[in-house]
Amino acid sequence: MADLSKKERMKIPRQPMPEQDGFERSKNFKEVNLGFTEELAKMEALRCLQCPKPVCIEGCPVEVKIKDFITLVAAGDYLGAASKIKEDNMLPAICGRVCPQEEQCEAQCVVGIKGESIAIGRLERFVADFEREHGGLRNPEIKTKTGKKVAIIGSGPSGLSCAGDLIQMGHDVTVFEALHELGGVLIYGIPEFRLPKDIVKTEIESLKQLGVDFQTNAVIGFTDTIDELMQNGYDAVFIAVGAGLPYFLNIEGENLNGVYSSNEFLTRVNLMKAYKFPDYDTPVFNVKDKNVAVFGGGNTAMDAVRTSKRLGAKNAYIVYRRSDIEMPARKEEIHHAKEEGIEFILLSNPLKFIGDAQGWLTGVELLKMELGEPDSSGRRKPVPVENSNYILDIDMAVIAIGNGSNPIIQQTTPELQFNKWGNILVNDETMATSKKGVFAGGDIVTGGATVILAMGAGRKAAKAINDYLIQN
Amino acid sequence: MYKIINADFLADNIKRFVIEAPKIAAKRKAGQFVIIRLKDGGERIPLTIADSDITNGTITIIVQGIGKTTKELNTFVAGDFILDVVGPLGKASHIENFGTAVSIGGGVGTAIAYPTAVALKNAGNHTIAIIGGRTKDLVILEDELRQVCNEVYPTTDDGSYGFHGFVTQKLKELIDNGTKIDFVLAIGPIPMMKAVAETTRPYGIKTVVSLNPVMVDGTGMCGGCRAIVDNKTVFVCVDGPEFDAHLVDFQTLERRNKTYREHETESLHNYLCHFDKAFDEGLLSKI
Repeated sequence: MADLSKKERMKIPRQPMPEQDGFERSKNFKEVNLGFTEELAKMEALRCLQCPKPVCIEGCPVEVKIKDFITLVAAGDYLGAASKIKEDNMLPAICGRVCPQEEQCEAQCVVGIKGESIAIGRLERFVADFEREHGGLRNPEIKTKTGKKVAIIGSGPSGLSCAGDLIQMGHDVTVFEALHELGGVLIYGIPEFRLPKDIVKTEIESLKQLGVDFQTNAVIGFTDTIDELMQNGYDAVFIAVGAGLPYFLNIEGENLNGVYSSNEFLTRVNLMKAYKFPDYDTPVFNVKDKNVAVFGGGNTAMDAVRTSKRLGAKNAYIVYRRSDIEMPARKEEIHHAKEEGIEFILLSNPLKFIGDAQGWLTGVELLKMELGEPDSSGRRKPVPVENSNYILDIDMAVIAIGNGSNPIIQQTTPELQFNKWGNILVNDETMATSKKGVFAGGDIVTGGATVILAMGAGRKAAKAINDYLIQN
Repeated sequence: MYKIINADFLADNIKRFVIEAPKIAAKRKAGQFVIIRLKDGGERIPLTIADSDITNGTITIIVQGIGKTTKELNTFVAGDFILDVVGPLGKASHIENFGTAVSIGGGVGTAIAYPTAVALKNAGNHTIAIIGGRTKDLVILEDELRQVCNEVYPTTDDGSYGFHGFVTQKLKELIDNGTKIDFVLAIGPIPMMKAVAETTRPYGIKTVVSLNPVMVDGTGMCGGCRAIVDNKTVFVCVDGPEFDAHLVDFQTLERRNKTYREHETESLHNYLCHFDKAFDEGLLSKI
């Protein structure tokens, strides 16, 4: 590797991700991206310039040693590369798939200034998959047991990353999950075709092997309150319950049959496997040869619309009130959606849902918008075009415009401080809440964000909880 | 895994289960529910907790076999296990000493009204129960209610037992006979709850119903259980399940509950065919 000059490295093009054909995959739930082969991974790794000051790391919320692991990939030491990543990130197979690398590490990459940045995410994914598929899963070392116990509420990305760090620091960790399956949004939210559930299960299994105790069917607040956990011997609590209260549009007809929140639609399909009905008991609206509209422009909206296409929808639309430039979804997801035949109805705002006499959804009235001056988010504000109303015929609608805060912890833990949206207020440095020994992170603090930001918060909290436990 | 300690039929197709769930038993309050999942691949369904025993660490649920999951559950016997039981969920009933409180149960709804009747009695109310069924065999928990209520009136649609008529007719009769009623709780099929609401509305009697929408997670995460109360959308799982009957949009509730009617029919049909086949094979093996 060392014999390649900088110029030679720069000449190698960014390696393409092998993927399932767009038409073919729009009919199945198998993963879209197939992953790098060894040859592609090595070639991609050779593109890395091995900067003396690797700025890519600054773009990573958990500061994975990107340069070091890529060096190992180039040398063919994939298991070594996996161990290197796992020093900072216990869930690389997940992050390699769902992180918005193009806004994080890859956005910082020096090669990206003139050409295309190193495909860091694809390499991370390759390394993690290689380790898993070649039986190379190795557990990191665990420090001497401290005898301290930590309760983590929620088994989503924030809870899992916090658990992974705390167990390695020598503490006993119990993760409480409200649902019957572990993984939070990784299981109920992100579809199989973007993040196969077996991968999530393997990553959780490796935490179990490290000694993390998981309890499902535990709705903290109801099953046990936070105070009860602390009375029962937990020295610290980390609240990582996610956002988990879907927003609706608050327009007429939203309670018609056939109108879903993205949470419900995706939970039915992903967690409850409604796409396998009647082999699985949970049903979902039968969209076969019907028209579906998903409202929103984020990753969840893309997940929902691509899911409805896979369930057999004739036409699957994204309805978004701004233009595609303002869409918060990852470019890759938008690109994949378009390849799969999703239609984008941009600059259109829903006014009301229309139903038949039996209360089933039949259409939505839309109003065309145009872009005006930038608003508080810096994006150009959509303004209505007068008399541009029209009706789009649809049989199912999915509202994917974000989540508010779930009220259960707030209702049952009065000492915690919340903002007006129900997000828990924490110290930015330590993730400590206003209640002694109680920390919080992830979407319940930030509002709906990304998997990696939630993981970053989990790791930050783990450090602070460790400090707290040593001092107390 | 949650072990069934005891299981017995209260009526044809209505079964009572005592389930080992010490944490839920210790915590639950009247009006709260659990979500259960029978086995891998099963759906999550909400069931109100009818009773609990803190000493033995058990909860009681009462189930009418209607769809696939409830019919399958009703084949479970003592010693069997339910894969997932989560709770207690939802807000507890609002209990106070209203004066005279009437608890009305229609069919299996009586099982849901029962714990609240007990709580109302314990709060010092003069407690009346009106429990209805289509026919005598479908009137359940009469003995249990007689132990806690001051007055118990069974009613049957066909006149085979107790008062001949609907629960609402009995309620109206009590009101017209001068019984001063301060609070009514009504739980049963949607048309019954709606009729009770219309019966008490002209008298301005505070009336509460427990809603039974389709749910998935039961913790506010999916919004599938949304209903309209006082012209506002509520999530029944976290905002309820009990609401002011005079403000509930029953029509929307009834309509939304029909969303999966075709799926439910298909699922039940498949289950029953499979069940018949298994039954026939069982018989054949014995011949």
